[in-house]
Amino acid sequence: MTAFFAFFKTYLLDYFVDSLAFGATFMYGSTGETLTEKAGHLNLGIPGIMCMGGAGGCLVLSFIGASGLPPFLIVILGILGAFAMGVLMGLIYSFLTVTLRANQNVTGLALTTFGVGLMKVIMSNKKLMVAQNYLIIPKEYFRFPFASRQDSLQRLGVMFFLAVIITIAASYFLYRTKTGLNLRAVGENPATADSAGINVSRYKYLATCIGSGISGLGGLYYIVDYMASNEAYLSIEAYGWLSIALVIFVLWRPHLTIIGSFLFSVLLSCSSFIATIPGVTPSMSAKPLMRMLPYVFTIIVLILSSIRNKRENQPPSSLGLSYFREER
Amino acid sequence: MEATKDRVKEPLMWITKRDGMNPVFIWLIRVLAFVCGMLACGLIAFALIEQLRDEPSRITEFYKCFIDGVVKNDDMKWTFAKDVAILLCISVALTPAFRMRFWNTGAEGQTLVGVLAAVGVNFYLGEPYARSHVADARLLAPMLVAALLAGALWALIPALFKAKWNTNETLFTLMMNYVAIHLVSFCLAEWVPNGSNTISINDDMPTLFNGLAAVAKKNHKYSNYLTIILTVLAVTVLIYIYIKYTKHGYELNVVGESLRTAQYVGIKVKKVIIRTMLLSGMLCGLAGFLIGGVLDCTVNTESVGGQGFTGIMVAWLASFNPLIMILTSAIITFLNHGASQISTAFDISGALPNVMIGVVLFFVIGSEFFINYKLNFRKHAREVRA
Repeated sequence: MTAFFAFFKTYLLDYFVDSLAFGATFMYGSTGETLTEKAGHLNLGIPGIMCMGGAGGCLVLSFIGASGLPPFLIVILGILGAFAMGVLMGLIYSFLTVTLRANQNVTGLALTTFGVGLMKVIMSNKKLMVAQNYLIIPKEYFRFPFASRQDSLQRLGVMFFLAVIITIAASYFLYRTKTGLNLRAVGENPATADSAGINVSRYKYLATCIGSGISGLGGLYYIVDYMASNEAYLSIEAYGWLSIALVIFVLWRPHLTIIGSFLFSVLLSCSSFIATIPGVTPSMSAKPLMRMLPYVFTIIVLILSSIRNKRENQPPSSLGLSYFREER
Repeated sequence: MEATKDRVKEPLMWITKRDGMNPVFIWLIRVLAFVCGMLACGLIAFALIEQLRDEPSRITEFYKCFIDGVVKNDDMKWTFAKDVAILLCISVALTPAFRMRFWNTGAEGQTLVGVLAAVGVNFYLGEPYARSHVADARLLAPMLVAALLAGALWALIPALFKAKWNTNETLFTLMMNYVAIHLVSFCLAEWVPNGSNTISINDDMPTLFNGLAAVAKKNHKYSNYLTIILTVLAVTVLIYIYIKYTKHGYELNVVGESLRTAQYVGIKVKKVIIRTMLLSGMLCGLAGFLIGGVLDCTVNTESVGGQGFTGIMVAWLASFNPLIMILTSAIITFLNHGASQISTAFDISGALPNVMIGVVLFFVIGSEFFINYKLNFRKHAREVRA
């Protein structure tokens, strides 16, 4: 038993705390996507939105990084920058899919193409980004309460706790408030919601834009807090897709993403964790297999929930369909 | 005066659905949207490219790059045609499924397992890579079969669950992409343990049809490309006929238009879903074979390079008509090649093509609204009274 505790403390604890921190990226991404999906819009643009959110935050940071503002203000402005950029991307998406009733899958994919591309152009811009380094802000700014600690707890900063709060607030909003009920009604059956006097377009717009803003924070968190590296931006896209998977994995319940994202990141970093244990060398091919597991589990959840066919575990029934009042 | 007060206020404008717009106008709207998109690209270029802001006159060079990207020299022309063909193949593969309103977002994965299967057959049955670069032409047939089967299998899994339990196919096929990508990394780690994350099976794979090489005598270098282009064109026409003129095609169109109607007229919906997805996956597998067996002769996680997703947009832009897809895939490839040319000419990130494609797509996607709906404006008050 003592041996286990010693093992836990030496190896597992750091690994688990790190996985929690990693998971916040997905918490942001999938909470944002859940809000959008609950309005009946499958937003495949989330990877692009997360990328652009990261770029927006980094742009702000590179402008104010050296200005000598108090740290908390810098952090808040960075977060606002990421959120605003996410909202802008969400506006493009909702204008095309809500007002112009365009095909959601195609619009989402175009948004991802655009967002990922534009982020790479922005982040590799020498004058804007590389000279005025957005990483000039020490990551300690973002790790506010525990920044000075030496153990793994220092990885959990303001943006991690913000993610946890947002997921819980989103769940409360969706399942415990009247506005949340209205939003779900819009996603299930917009015609019924419309006849009940709910402004369908307004709900769709707000849910998509706020959701996109939240997702955008995920990109910023990953670049400047979790990774704090200037190559981090290259891997956000993959985590954007994983965030969409997470939405299904937790059956559209944002608060469960805290557990779901933890499980996902435990699996993602499993092989590098095993390599840290002395005397154990994982085979080269184990890593991709472990990284495949989140997707496999998501598929299993998707299948099981469709077999059990319980109403509350299904995708919103008008997901992916445009709403036009005069069509029946 | 009293009467006007009682009247319910008309909204400033409202939308009605419209049907059967004159095809000339439809294409006019699309061309207009494309031109607007290209102009917007120019504006974005000003924002992103510093050299352009310093010398605004270089904007003509900017647009000339798009043309250059395609016709600068023979090599570029052939590469352009080849890239169009591969993208076209994937888009055409998606078409039967989309016509059925089965949102197959898994073309990327279905193509990638095709590439993997083709390369895998060569890896296990061919001469070991280290010893010989000479490919065994006899292997091409098993490679093709393996690729077709792999693509079909990747599409069959979501189709079975859709047919049996109505599992959401958009999300299922999307997830299958990433399973495929990690499967490729897994196989690479197994096959090339020294850590290189790519595998090359040979450099000079004999062309599939040596007869075609003779046709292309002048451009022997490009006979592989010609093989691909002709194969894909044939497939495109065949699929067009399949959708338009066969019983299968009729059935899948009915399933797409109205599930109820299909059930009432006695179409076995489950069978149609599974059959159509098998076809869709097989064609993706064919694209995979063309990439893995004829073109790259190698596999890595980027072998398909997002074309599975681009293919969805290409197919949609063509309203799921295989013949129009020749045009739409050419346009997307045109933007792609042109913008790559720009990123070299103006020394900017190689991700620029994606930005340009995205911008143009936004305009074209948005323009569909004006084709499907009609804007009605409130008539001037005086007119109403009269």
